[in-house]
Amino acid sequence: MQLWIPFAASAGALLAIASFVGAGWDAPPVETTQIGYRGTGMYLEQDVEKLEALKAANVVPEAPWEADPEGERAGDIYQNVQVLGDLSDDQFNQFMAAITQWVAPEDQGCAYCHDIENMASDEVYQKVVSRRMIQMNQAINVDWQDHVGQVGVTCYTCHRGEAVPANYWVDDREPKPASNASRAGQNVAGKYSGNTSLPQNALMDYLLGDEAIRVHSLTALPTGTNTAGVKETENTWALMMYMSESLGVNCVTCHNSRAFNDWDQSPPQRVTAWHGIAMTRALNADYLTGLAPVFPAERKGPQGDVFKVGCATCHNGVQKPLNGVSMLQDYVDALDKKEGPADAPDYTTYVPGETQVLGADAPTTSSALPARTTVANTQD
Amino acid sequence: MTQYQNILTVVQISGPVEAGLPLPKGDSARKGTPFMSRLLGWIGNAQIGPIYLGYLGSLSLLFGFIAFEIIGLNMLASVGWDPIQFVRQLFWLGLEPPPAHYGLTVLPPLNDGGWWLIAGFFLTASVLLWWLRVYRRARQLELGTHVAWAFASAIWLFLVLGFIRPLLMGNFSEAVPFGIFPHLDWTAAFSIRYGNLYYNPFHCLSIVFLYGSVLLFAMHGATILAVGKYGGERELEQITDRGTASERAALFWRWTMGFNATMESVHRWAWWFAILTPLTGGIGILLTGTVVDNWYLWGVEHGLVAPLPDIYPDVVDPAAR
Repeated sequence: MQLWIPFAASAGALLAIASFVGAGWDAPPVETTQIGYRGTGMYLEQDVEKLEALKAANVVPEAPWEADPEGERAGDIYQNVQVLGDLSDDQFNQFMAAITQWVAPEDQGCAYCHDIENMASDEVYQKVVSRRMIQMNQAINVDWQDHVGQVGVTCYTCHRGEAVPANYWVDDREPKPASNASRAGQNVAGKYSGNTSLPQNALMDYLLGDEAIRVHSLTALPTGTNTAGVKETENTWALMMYMSESLGVNCVTCHNSRAFNDWDQSPPQRVTAWHGIAMTRALNADYLTGLAPVFPAERKGPQGDVFKVGCATCHNGVQKPLNGVSMLQDYVDALDKKEGPADAPDYTTYVPGETQVLGADAPTTSSALPARTTVANTQD
Repeated sequence: MTQYQNILTVVQISGPVEAGLPLPKGDSARKGTPFMSRLLGWIGNAQIGPIYLGYLGSLSLLFGFIAFEIIGLNMLASVGWDPIQFVRQLFWLGLEPPPAHYGLTVLPPLNDGGWWLIAGFFLTASVLLWWLRVYRRARQLELGTHVAWAFASAIWLFLVLGFIRPLLMGNFSEAVPFGIFPHLDWTAAFSIRYGNLYYNPFHCLSIVFLYGSVLLFAMHGATILAVGKYGGERELEQITDRGTASERAALFWRWTMGFNATMESVHRWAWWFAILTPLTGGIGILLTGTVVDNWYLWGVEHGLVAPLPDIYPDVVDPAAR
């Protein structure tokens, strides 16, 4: 009896099934759209079924009600209103209702951020965080129109009804190498590098730190000035994989792949993306990392760093978050201007359950300083 | 007469095993008792063994095994000795060359590229010893050394990638990592960093010879199978004693494309195409980063790049504003 035949056949069948089921390939039908000059191979390839699922997952929720901008200001009615104080009472309550829908777990409602006995108190850490996040949201809409345009963002762009946005990123060193081994930060299926074996922590370098992304030489022959080698290129490539996965697009959405670095041949989307990288860097440095003392351990990554924003946090797999539909127009007064002190309060003084007011009169520190220290600490 | 229209070899020799030529004094004995395998006979000679190991072969296998172990154990250590992760992520795992700041330091710390250098040393030694073995066995059988020189061409590319070019660049971080996906990622990143290997003329040549090798292999294999029923598999005899198989094969190609190789020349074609694939490829790699830093721009200067209309006139590098 030739046993090897059934064995080989089963192995072959298993391999075939695994490669179709396990690989997560885009099964037909795939939609192909030409997005570049003819002959350059610039096509956007999209899986039609996944596209439909993404469309369904990216629907904008209605505003709770249309708010009346007239009437007494919220800051005059309520205590400890450091942001949103210029809203009318109705606008303020409409926004609170909206943010509860967008962010708070359903069984907790207002209590997710507020002490129900004393709504003004800062003792629930989520309230301190959401105040800072509202400021961040405002900064995005005011300072980063190069990236978000007039569409803008709201809390919902990232949160989607969840207390923690689904697509945050952290310092990723898993699985840990043996104590005397190293894998040079790569060569495992990278969560934030599109499951490739490229460097798994490129986001730390580019979306928190400001390492140079550009690796190309701008002259045909060597001049000895370009220090980037193949390893740096792999790091940049890892970032690009992350961006590509985050937006559900290919390389050619932003680049003519025959000369990745050449701006003259790059579609305008690359300019938008460039500002997006700068924006994400700034948000992580100025807003997210500074909150480290406030977040409890379960809201931090395995290395103890805060959850950070990346392209996927807002984009969630589509090229324009929420498919380009603006939610901002319902909340212009709340989110389309900058409020409160520019500098972050000293979050190291925060004691959950005790601090009644953080920030208004407390001493402030420059937001850039703690952010930089965080970078240094987490990168060894 | 359909026995040649089959993907497997249908005709198998069976009978007393072939012991081979007697070996001269000083050579160690061949190892193993030869036997017949019907299964392997479908794809090659049914007789397995005996094998000549000798000290070159033994050392080569030993050094190759050491390199394999170093690479494998480093991969296992890179996931914290976790056998499940080792199997799950096997294709992702790798062993990286030392970072650039070590330059050409002979032995950086083991976990920072040192193991890569040691593995590379043993692998290179293994390959070179195997080359010597191929050469020596060919001489021993009083053959030409064509196989050895073809192998040498592949070794040239291997050495350029892992040793010669890194030496010229001044650091080993430019060399290829060990690992399935890691070495593929290196390949693509290498092309991206140096401005697209597509515009490297030696890369073009290498691809021509590679695809050409495939084409020649297919044409030749198909031709010989097609005239098999006229004794076409006795190719070398037909070089000097042209029979109907050779005549028909030649006629077929002359009718089809006006020109035909001969029973002799087709093998020279194939050998040179195979040799030239890694030979030109190695030259292309050697020039990259050392002589040319951006092949796309080099291509622009030398008329290799098709111009495109300025279809994004508003796009300006935002960092340059």
